[in-house]
Amino acid sequence: MQTSHRDRSRHASSQLAISCAVFALAFGLVGATGVSYAQEGAIVGLVTKTEVNPFFVKMRQAAEAEAKAKGLTLIARAGKFDGDNEGQVAAIEDLISAGAKGILVTPNNSSGMLNVIKKARDAGVLVIALDTATDPADAVDATFATDNFQAGVQQGAYAKAALGDKKPVIAMLDGTPGGTVDTFRHDGFLKGFGIAEGDPAIAGAAITNGAQDKGQIGMENLLSKNGDINVVYTINEPAAAGGYAALKSFGKENDVILTSIDGGCAGVRNVKAGIIAATVMQFPYKMASMGVDAVAEYAASGKKPSGFVDTGSYLITDKPMPGLDSKDSEWGLQNCWGD
Amino acid sequence: MSTLTATPETRGADPGRNVLEARNLVKSYGHVVALDGVDFELRAGEILAVVGDNGAGKSTLIKTLTGAVVPDSGEILLDGQPVHFKGPLDARHRGIEAVYQDLAVAPALDIPSNLFLGRELLSLGLLGSVFRRLDKRRMREEAERAMAELKFRLPSIASRVENLSGGQRQGVAVARAAVFARKLVIMDEPTAALGVRETGQVLELIRNIRDRGLPVVLISHNMPNVFELADRIFIMRLGRRAAVVSPKTHTMADVVAIMTGAVKVEAG
Amino acid sequence: MSSATPSAPDPDAGLLSRTKAIPAIGPVLVLLAFCLVFAITNPRFLAPHNLSIILQQTIVVGTLAIGQTLVILTAGIDLAVGAVCVLGTIVAGKLVNLGYDPMLSMLFAVILCTLSGLVAGALVSRLDLPPFIVTLGTLGILTAALRLISKGGAFPVQDDFLGLTGNTFRVGSFVLTYGVLAMLLLYAVVWYLLNETRWGRHVYAIGNNPEAARLVGIPVRLHLLQVYALAGLIYGITAWLALGRIPNADPNALQTANLDSITAVVIGGTSLFGGRGGLVGTLIGALIVGVLRNGLTLAGIDPLWQDLVTGILVIVAVAFDQLSRRRR
Repeated sequence: MQTSHRDRSRHASSQLAISCAVFALAFGLVGATGVSYAQEGAIVGLVTKTEVNPFFVKMRQAAEAEAKAKGLTLIARAGKFDGDNEGQVAAIEDLISAGAKGILVTPNNSSGMLNVIKKARDAGVLVIALDTATDPADAVDATFATDNFQAGVQQGAYAKAALGDKKPVIAMLDGTPGGTVDTFRHDGFLKGFGIAEGDPAIAGAAITNGAQDKGQIGMENLLSKNGDINVVYTINEPAAAGGYAALKSFGKENDVILTSIDGGCAGVRNVKAGIIAATVMQFPYKMASMGVDAVAEYAASGKKPSGFVDTGSYLITDKPMPGLDSKDSEWGLQNCWGD
Repeated sequence: MSTLTATPETRGADPGRNVLEARNLVKSYGHVVALDGVDFELRAGEILAVVGDNGAGKSTLIKTLTGAVVPDSGEILLDGQPVHFKGPLDARHRGIEAVYQDLAVAPALDIPSNLFLGRELLSLGLLGSVFRRLDKRRMREEAERAMAELKFRLPSIASRVENLSGGQRQGVAVARAAVFARKLVIMDEPTAALGVRETGQVLELIRNIRDRGLPVVLISHNMPNVFELADRIFIMRLGRRAAVVSPKTHTMADVVAIMTGAVKVEAG
Repeated sequence: MSSATPSAPDPDAGLLSRTKAIPAIGPVLVLLAFCLVFAITNPRFLAPHNLSIILQQTIVVGTLAIGQTLVILTAGIDLAVGAVCVLGTIVAGKLVNLGYDPMLSMLFAVILCTLSGLVAGALVSRLDLPPFIVTLGTLGILTAALRLISKGGAFPVQDDFLGLTGNTFRVGSFVLTYGVLAMLLLYAVVWYLLNETRWGRHVYAIGNNPEAARLVGIPVRLHLLQVYALAGLIYGITAWLALGRIPNADPNALQTANLDSITAVVIGGTSLFGGRGGLVGTLIGALIVGVLRNGLTLAGIDPLWQDLVTGILVIVAVAFDQLSRRRR
């Protein structure tokens, strides 16, 4: 038994060494990032869907700039993946704990976080949905977002006008079926084009998750299915870029009207290059800066915004159609988001 | 199993009596005849070494005795009663334990856990019968007692087996077989993976087991070990019993000669 | 015996080979270290409300990690934990929304999850397929099937019974949910199974040395089957806890739960090679991840640091395990 005691104490000392290392790591972490708990001004929390999407990066940059200008402290959090409700719920809980005055959130799922939003509002926190509305919409104080349905309508109307009298054969490159934004844009496009879901003009749909590689595969499959496709709806510009690659490999890139939504800089450059006929630009920085302003206002005067505030969308194309408002790609490049 | 006895039924039995007996065992795999009518007997209180060249049928013989292989014909008698093992568990239930060359222990578990592995003791009363609770204290005490009886010393009964030397680890496996065997223990090259010093520990343990009255069948390639330990040496050749000799009357050279067929001996 | 004296030092009784003598002491110290630092950085960290929040945030991954621990102790791995749990939420939610009895719906969902574990266990134990591949396949099949069933969409699940585990109760100044209680209870029950019963001892033995386990007469295949089925049962119960936390069934949820639960298990000191470690460590591991995430937010530090620090801890834990194994 002697051995056993000695082992324990030896063992304990090795554990001590490790815990010291962890302390150093933890303190180093706090020190290295230079942000300790010494906040001036109210805390505004931003919870985006994911960390990496340039749309949310732009949103975060704008929120940081605006918070600095207004003397607020921004704490930004994000889900780990599209659909990470658990992560976003935890983020809001943490922000309530941190004493945030207001929380700006782009919900991954419109009904997934109603409870925690209620908890926040009950605790006196202003909650504003950015980019994506909650269901019901009045679960939050206000929503600052692109009217995605209207954006879809603009895309559809452009496609219709550009096609003219030709008989439409449409491919739908959808995002993630069931997603709120996905549904709005999809339905808006059909409305703008003037057809209903299930119309024989729709040759088929593919799931792209808004990603270029899946956009390409989806488009290839749809073209194999029907070579007469002449109009393509895309959920966003990466999906459109993938779709274009497929069209090109089928030698169809000049016979098809490729339309999209988003207003990312890469997408606008594709408009300029003639790859995408038209895209509909939205303005993430507007959503974020307006959101931060609203929290600053609430912190100062207690006044809350309410309802749906459309942050606007513009049709971007170098081949304008009569009767449709649009801006050219030069303007688009000055106002786009991402790299 | 209510308690660990470490007292074999064969203790103090008539030394000449056959504990395990096999008659005319035959086993073939396709055209290959592994056992060609083998007779075998293990007497109470002895260490019987089984030697033979590779392919002589040692391993098939052992497998039939531990129930791992069912012979094509022939019979096996345990304490004079015919038995038919359907599998290794069957043989174990009848009091035959086996030890293998590779260390059959769970390294991260402590010594009592390994000793009682598969035969753990449960607490008495409701805790045991309803909640299936292990009686760790009793297992530990029994393990300590068993190790003391076998005169096998270990740094601490609470040590994890992985912290023991190779010889001590194999000692745990040997002790496990010894304390649970009611009739006999079969050891298949138990020291093959060990160094010289560690082998010595295990041989000592095997001798202690024999001295406490449990007969041992020891399969080994190591002639010096065999001569150091065995009371009788069972020599196999070409699927048959070539001879059974005593280390007192025969030399290692004699045994090797019989094994390789250089010398023929009348079986018996 | 001449060669082994009672006090002779073991040839390989090095520092590292002894580190697992006291269970989970390393992870506990790490957890305390982080708590101390965060408490200094922001006094709000220690507020009862905040500590309750951290516990609640640990429920889903923490409970899934119980099943993951069982599987990893047998030297397996389960990549389908999140998918099986989502199966539970979607099936229960769908049935209730169709008007079926909520208790029966949940029971059915839990049974379904158990069956999915049973199938994985059968493939692993009967066909000797690698657990990594079996559960990767299960993950793919379930993910696709769930999106087909739900047509890709998430849907709210508003039911008193399904949301029951989200209800709160008060312990002093702590407001806890029944979900937290259920998680701790499950930890206690499975801890008992693992540490105090034959069944648990055999789980360790199988993870340690399956051949030795077989030789002493443990029915290794049957035992593996039971482990995977029990894990499935736990994932099913987690589905109920998850609905209490977020009353929403979402086929896209919990995509990283497999890696998150493995992270908790590994940080908790359980060896990926099987047979070493235990549940106390896993609970601490899950809490470490939760404390990091919460504490960094309260300190105003970019939460990306959480992933970075978690990554370091995982590597340290595995390196530690590997070194202590190699010494033997």
